[in-house]
Amino acid sequence: MTTTLLVTGATLADGTRTDLVVRNGRIAELGTGLSASGARVIDADGLTALPGLVDLHTHLREPGFEQSETVLTGSRAAAIGGFTAVHAMANTSPVADTAGVVEQVESLGRRAGYVNVRPIGAVTVGLAGQQLSEIGAMANSRARVRVFSDDGTCVSDALLMRRALEYVKTFDGVVAQHAQEPRLTEGAQMNEGVVSGELGLAGWPAVAEEAIIARDVLLAQHVGARVHICHLSTAGSVEVVRWAKARGIRVTAEVTPHHLMLTEELVRSYDARYKVNPPLRREEDVLALRAGLADGTIDIIATDHAPHPSESKDCEWHAASMGMVGLESALSVAQASVVDNGMLDWDDIARVFSRTPAAIGRLDGYADGIAVGAPAEFTLYDSAASRVFDTDALAGLGRNSPFLQLTLPGRVVATVHQGYPTVLDGQLVDEETVSSAAAGAWAVRGCRG
Amino acid sequence: MKHLLSTRDLTRHEAIGILDVAEDMADVQSREVRKLPTLRGRTVVNLFFEDSTRTRISFEAAAKRLSADVINFSAKGSSVSKGESLKDTAQTLAAIGADVVVIRHPASGAPQVLAQSNWIEAGIINAGDGTHEHPTQGLLDAFTIRKRLHGTASRGRSLDGVRVTIVGDILHSRVARSNVWLLTSLGAQVHLVAPATLLPVGVANWPVTVGYDLDEAIDAGTDVVMMLRIQAERMMSGGFFPNAREYSRRWGLDDARVDRLPAATMVMHPGPMNRGLEISSRAADSPRSTVLEQVSNGVSVRMAVLYLVLSGERGELS
Amino acid sequence: MPPRVVLQQADIARALTRISHEILESNRGPDDLVILGIPTRGVILAERIARLISDISGRPVASGSLDVTMYRDDLSRNPTRAPSPTRVPAAGIDGSVVVLVDDVLYSGRTIRSALDALGAIGRPRIVRLATLIDRGHRELPIRPDFVGKNLPSAQGERIYVRLHESDGDEFVSIDSGENGAPK
Repeated sequence: MTTTLLVTGATLADGTRTDLVVRNGRIAELGTGLSASGARVIDADGLTALPGLVDLHTHLREPGFEQSETVLTGSRAAAIGGFTAVHAMANTSPVADTAGVVEQVESLGRRAGYVNVRPIGAVTVGLAGQQLSEIGAMANSRARVRVFSDDGTCVSDALLMRRALEYVKTFDGVVAQHAQEPRLTEGAQMNEGVVSGELGLAGWPAVAEEAIIARDVLLAQHVGARVHICHLSTAGSVEVVRWAKARGIRVTAEVTPHHLMLTEELVRSYDARYKVNPPLRREEDVLALRAGLADGTIDIIATDHAPHPSESKDCEWHAASMGMVGLESALSVAQASVVDNGMLDWDDIARVFSRTPAAIGRLDGYADGIAVGAPAEFTLYDSAASRVFDTDALAGLGRNSPFLQLTLPGRVVATVHQGYPTVLDGQLVDEETVSSAAAGAWAVRGCRG
Repeated sequence: MKHLLSTRDLTRHEAIGILDVAEDMADVQSREVRKLPTLRGRTVVNLFFEDSTRTRISFEAAAKRLSADVINFSAKGSSVSKGESLKDTAQTLAAIGADVVVIRHPASGAPQVLAQSNWIEAGIINAGDGTHEHPTQGLLDAFTIRKRLHGTASRGRSLDGVRVTIVGDILHSRVARSNVWLLTSLGAQVHLVAPATLLPVGVANWPVTVGYDLDEAIDAGTDVVMMLRIQAERMMSGGFFPNAREYSRRWGLDDARVDRLPAATMVMHPGPMNRGLEISSRAADSPRSTVLEQVSNGVSVRMAVLYLVLSGERGELS
Repeated sequence: MPPRVVLQQADIARALTRISHEILESNRGPDDLVILGIPTRGVILAERIARLISDISGRPVASGSLDVTMYRDDLSRNPTRAPSPTRVPAAGIDGSVVVLVDDVLYSGRTIRSALDALGAIGRPRIVRLATLIDRGHRELPIRPDFVGKNLPSAQGERIYVRLHESDGDEFVSIDSGENGAPK
């Protein structure tokens, strides 16, 4: 069973106005005045059609931490945010360091059907930083893992990092490094600077991030591998990556929506919703990150969606867990931070939120964006909307959003994944409908071989 | 005043107001009957997540002299050390009927989190949080300086132009932070002296001057030398300085240095002192030392704070 | 309705002079007298009365102030009051005849607080009460010994006492309580 969809009057990222016909999971026609008999019609007048967003950095928490998030709930949070694919980080329990775990996560994602769940494999066994995990087995598994990361901890051992970069190259994969020098950040609670000194919170120096990035780009150059840097947070990190790219080093870098908008000043409230790794930094860092994203030094936006149960945030700062949810708010925060001020246009957004993250993760079907013959992965976004972002907007289990009560622009009206809608009229399509549509889409794909 | 969380958010006017009320409390301390009925029927909970006998008994004496009921909740060895959260503890105290919670906590910001939460309605008094602030210590230090300088004519006075040198572990000291904000609001000129490892990054933005050399600071002239406690074990294992001897030689207030101070210069220490490390016995026991005055003034200042937090419709000082 | 002036400066002076004579008469001279005012304006009145008594009797009479803030029973019902200093003669008040002075006597609660405050600093032989205005509405069994003027009032009305030392001008007025600071 597949759906035929007719989307009328959408505006593409480049500004052209078009109708779309979706058939058999693909974009069948583009143009004006299209019709399709029996099609479900979605009125997209005034809406921007963006290619499905791809998150390279998501914590889905399953298996092991299902009180924080599950593959299903995280997938729903992604869909309502306009995503059609997410990369699930490896710091689950058990850790995603074997083919068994990544295949389990992948199949949970397929069954849920809201987004394409792409597991990330751990670089080292148990994220312990001692010994490489079974990278080859994960790469060759049904989950076809291409991104490897110990995110949450840094691969700080230089020799191990070198080996990881080399070994992953064998499978056309990439290591996504969480750049945090561990000794310089022992007990660290927030960005080290004026505010940490006043608040009496142990500081997290920028150099702890920048030094690891500098080392890793040089290692990548030396062994001829590509390396991806997770969540850049400092102006210095942007400088180092810019320098590396100028030297032709194959480095890619991401920035989170929260680092594009929020500063360490928020920590003065000691409200643990603002506790995150890497920490919120200074205003000048935020501006440098925006500039880096605009000039291409930073390749992509990734959410680092990190849900936590309320007891992990409803407590004193030291006791609180690090992390923020971000899937539901990502596009709105990006619009507020870099689109509405003219730094990026919607074509850039399609690049940093869809095409490039898919390319880094070796995810097929996103290279051409919204084009005839391409898989039907797109979202319809009302950039003229404005809303007070509150807990009603959160579709995952986590309530730890730093954006609650802020007025944010834009709203996802519809999301289409594998040719069927996961979000319609700004609401998630129910689990059963999506799950059975997903099963149908999989069957079609299976027939085609 | 609904809470007292830090000295940073006290205006000069508010700070002088608190010190003036403390003067009245100090007058009561010199009377035959030292007890006031003011807080009869009110419950003060001393919630201490860290050991600090001195601060706790000071608050206890202050509350009792105002006729409040005092409950001491030492969180060490209690359910808290078994994983009970701050939230559960706070809700328990609310159910018991605490009117004010005096909290000492190893986490910076814990009193503010408590005050902002809806877990408990009580007034919150910060009795030291992590490496953030210890506002009643700052107030009692300011009170002690003012009293030494102006005696019975202290009421209404600021500390305009008073030169205060604070020496030692600024980085980890909540006493130093509370004093920096409060003393500068009151008009004092504060100079910090420490090895660079014990100064926070960003100290250049503080309203103080900073130096590394104690002798230079003494020669430049100062009205107050405030020595901070050095926790030698922690310091050396953290690698902040090579050893206690070197620290003492360069940043300790030893006999030779104390002899070079003008007679009127006060020597202060929040206690407990490491005699022979950051301060010599001669310095600690000399007439210029205010150590014991600080202790007795502590009770007056804490009475004032308890009174101001517990009285009124939780409004401003009128 | 604008405030109505009920005592002019000269009326206040006359009232205080009369009170001073009455105190001397009831005490049979100035011996052991300590005139304690209740802040803020009671202290000013106490100083004036002490001066008048010593002018009349030719002997110095001690005066001082007695802060009652910490003894009030309505702390949580009103905005925080900053306490004022208590000043008593160096010799103390044990065995003395204390005359408490306040500007307006109303519910009597301030005087109850004052009696408690007095008890904490010593044991006078006799305690008397003088007030410039008695406006009635007592809530406690308290009665003044010396009154400048009885001023029957409605509870909603406000009495303003202004004295040169604290306010720059001098009169007592009453108004309907719609505007201005309460007394």
